[in-house]
Amino acid sequence: MKALVCVKRVIDYNVKIRVKSDKSGVETENVKMSMNPFDEIAVEEAVRMKEKGLISEIVLCSIGTVSSQETLRTGLAMGGDRGILVKTEMGEIEPLNVAKVIQKVCEKEDPQIIILGKQAIDDDSNQTGQILATLLDYPQATFASNIEKNEDDTLDVIREIDGGLETIKVNIPCVITTDLRLNEPRYASLPNIMKAKQKKIDIMDIKDFGIDLKKRLEVLEVNDPPERKPGVMVSDVEELVNKLKNEAKVI
Amino acid sequence: MRALVIVEHDNKNLKPLTLNTITAASEVCKEVDAIVIGSNVDSVISEIQKADKLNKIYVVDDDVFKNNIAEELSGYLNGFLKENAYTHIMTPSSTFGKNMMPKLAALLDVQQISDIIKVFDADTFERPIYAGNAIAKVKSNDKIKVITVRPTCFEPVALNSKVELLKMDNKHERNNKVSFVKYDLSKSDRPELTSAKIIVSGGRGMQNGDNFKLLEGIADRLGAAMGASRAAVDAGFVPNDWQVGQTGKIVAPDLYIAVGISGAIQHIAGIKDSKFIVAINKDEEAPIFKFSDYGLVADLFDVLPQLEEKLR
Repeated sequence: MKALVCVKRVIDYNVKIRVKSDKSGVETENVKMSMNPFDEIAVEEAVRMKEKGLISEIVLCSIGTVSSQETLRTGLAMGGDRGILVKTEMGEIEPLNVAKVIQKVCEKEDPQIIILGKQAIDDDSNQTGQILATLLDYPQATFASNIEKNEDDTLDVIREIDGGLETIKVNIPCVITTDLRLNEPRYASLPNIMKAKQKKIDIMDIKDFGIDLKKRLEVLEVNDPPERKPGVMVSDVEELVNKLKNEAKVI
Repeated sequence: MRALVIVEHDNKNLKPLTLNTITAASEVCKEVDAIVIGSNVDSVISEIQKADKLNKIYVVDDDVFKNNIAEELSGYLNGFLKENAYTHIMTPSSTFGKNMMPKLAALLDVQQISDIIKVFDADTFERPIYAGNAIAKVKSNDKIKVITVRPTCFEPVALNSKVELLKMDNKHERNNKVSFVKYDLSKSDRPELTSAKIIVSGGRGMQNGDNFKLLEGIADRLGAAMGASRAAVDAGFVPNDWQVGQTGKIVAPDLYIAVGISGAIQHIAGIKDSKFIVAINKDEEAPIFKFSDYGLVADLFDVLPQLEEKLR
């Protein structure tokens, strides 16, 4: 059984975001980039499935500039077998089109399990996995916090939903999106990082996919969020309760 | 222009987030309808029927919709929209909406607009990116707009109406590739985090799960919901559905009390729409103080019993 894991190169989650002065977006020049944290969880889950013998091959796929090869190498060092880079110089590709590109990759690779992060921490859309499942007509299990394989070749997936957890059963092939508590991704060891350099990455051009990439959702401008007014420090509990009662009037 | 709001519910109760979503829809266009898809939804209907600003409510009652399976809901809606034309389809950006709406957008071949926080006009919206550290103004060029709404950014509509009902037959057939197994919902008498007026939240500074009892006493006095930072959840102090922040729940209560929470960017992104934020932390350098209206530098183990006593 083959797994396809989709990974995105994003601004590292520890970096403070700076909005460009011309409001066209956020500053990405000379900023540390990393694999989207939810995608790291996706790679880790695939590697664990392979270690358990549930999966025979892990193919990683990324859409982006040539720099996204670094992100693929990170995933290969964690345990991916080979990579596919769909190269684009067009900037941000919208989730609908990302899913259409991955759909074509799936038609060629025929993976039985496709794992993606539930959302990318840059545009926070939380859509690609759901769209992909729909285009492929595969069942989806989003926001997964546990995946068990049943004897009848179905998966029981525990999902994190508002108010608690939900378990659903999905047939294979399926699309799974990862939530935070699914696993803790490993750090790649130095030997594995060296080995990853020898692993194969196929590079394709997004133009060859025949997908209309025209923007459906234009970003008109990007702004800083409104700042909260500076508050005051109180010296003790009495002053705090007094202010909440008489000044803020919230208790 | 006509907007359709997909009602979120659990077959018994209406999820109040729906009422905020109706407000957002009413800012997009004058004609707003709603649809309830579920199984044995009479009590949901009696609640949503009171909502202001609605023109009519479609009801589809069928066993196949008992468990909010995304394939069933999006499949039904796709068929429904072929016979009933709408320009805007809207639902809350809860896990219900996040799970189901992109599927509908894919079936309609449109680019969904996720988690809007402001409506400019029928095509133009604001949405947070980078965990709320930047705000994007976006314009949709699609004929049909599929939108999820961040409920805390819109007021709920009032409940003074008696909206007309329209029963619909279900022609959608069950998807046999996916099935519901079970829920493990956390049971609590407290208000839900996303609709609570007051939230008392603990972080890593609480040191262990037992110490959250100190917060419970205060939450009891205030009728508050209980929350936690990601650090406290990851450390196993409290269940994961308590998590407040960009990767947990986005909240906007009148009063948010953060105890032993340092104020990581992703936590702040989830609370910054609160009317008043109180921070209690022994580290005066903690970033949370920059975002709080009232800050108290103190050992939480000293001041929490005092606070409970003062609220008596």
